[in-house]
Amino acid sequence: MIKIANLCKSFGSLEVLNGINLEIAEREVVVIIGPSGSGKSTILRCINYLEEPTSGTISVGGIALSGESNINVIRREVGMVFQRFNLFPHMTVLDNLMLAPQKVRNLPKEEARTVALALLEKVGLADKAGAYPDQLSGGQQQRVAIARALAMKPKALLFDEPTSALDPEMIKEVLDVMKALAQEGMTMVVVTHEMGFAREVGDRVVFVDGGRIVEEGDPEEIFSNAKEERTRSFLSKIL
Amino acid sequence: MSGVELNFNIILNAFPLLLQGAGITIQITAMSVGFGLLIGMLVGVARLSDMKIVKYLANLYVDFIRGTPLLVQIFLVYFALPLLTGSRIDPFLAAIAACSINSGAYIAEIFRAGIQSIDKGQMEAGRSLGLSWFQTMRYVIMPQAFKRIIPPLGNEFIAMLKDSSLVSVIGFEELTRRGQLIIARTYASFEIWLAVAFIYLIMTFTISRFVAYLERRYQTK
Repeated sequence: MIKIANLCKSFGSLEVLNGINLEIAEREVVVIIGPSGSGKSTILRCINYLEEPTSGTISVGGIALSGESNINVIRREVGMVFQRFNLFPHMTVLDNLMLAPQKVRNLPKEEARTVALALLEKVGLADKAGAYPDQLSGGQQQRVAIARALAMKPKALLFDEPTSALDPEMIKEVLDVMKALAQEGMTMVVVTHEMGFAREVGDRVVFVDGGRIVEEGDPEEIFSNAKEERTRSFLSKIL
Repeated sequence: MSGVELNFNIILNAFPLLLQGAGITIQITAMSVGFGLLIGMLVGVARLSDMKIVKYLANLYVDFIRGTPLLVQIFLVYFALPLLTGSRIDPFLAAIAACSINSGAYIAEIFRAGIQSIDKGQMEAGRSLGLSWFQTMRYVIMPQAFKRIIPPLGNEFIAMLKDSSLVSVIGFEELTRRGQLIIARTYASFEIWLAVAFIYLIMTFTISRFVAYLERRYQTK
């Protein structure tokens, strides 16, 4: 589904990613963990070209990412959920969901509305269709953001620390939505500090440090029996 | 010659002519800011462009206009253009052209600041949904930026209204020029300039109230 080969990314003289190789299969949930500044968010941002890779190749669904020319094709197929939601504050929740399907997929308005309402139902916010984002709690906003990404019917979803900006009591409602998506077979790449989620939902955990993949494997395996010292010391600090 | 005594009759008699001039002042201001908005939106976006040459030209335009007096720009348009085109240029056209070009530069800066004040995440969210850069600008960034630039745009409108008095130097008969012409006939300098000032004040005050109203209206969302 997603294939990353030898991905490097530098900001000026700062090397953030240093040869990342990662393959994500269809219907797989891959959780990327690692200390701050390790480059885990940058991997996600490179997959849909919010950051331009310095070198290396990325392909999504068999389409190779090749600069600006086909970037919109990729972005249509890969949804992104941000740490800070990034809902459009001047639009209602419903309009947030309807904008891209109409403008990018040329969906008729009525159809876009039907899809949007169904998705709001799915994330448990059907009654908030007419509300503006700033009238919602953080957890509700993030669920709307997930629904907005789903409205494009993406083949994969990228989550960039989706619960890091949330109050503790709102984390669960967002994780529950993500769990439901995983169970439906959505291909997901999740950067998170929620180790419970990684363990329960992840098919594979990838530990990133210093711009490299240090270790990857089955969540149980990594959490209870990591091979690398770096992984063990990181996990011992957060578990 | 009556010293400092005010002759209200002169003001009263001059008022219809002055009001006509005020109408023309509003007209030239509205047209200049209108064209200025078009220029400013394009140039403001151009200043944020990734394309070096586009950005460079936009910067050059803004720096030149903001770094030279409007009066000189009016003379340049009025006296220099005929040399290039070979025919005399209508004062109205020259006035509108000079003021639009001037206003465009200031409005470009207003747009640039407005766009830059919108969180970077908005562009990323739009692009990650598959919207093009232009679509994201149009549907996501600009509507939000517009609300924020209403107050500075109102200020620009007021500034333009006052600065438009400068086009009197090329003989274009707006409010200030009307005042000058009436004074040439009546010699009532003080009365007429007082009346002219009063009319400008009424206009700018009305506009600033209107802008304040717009600001309140758009803040509710």
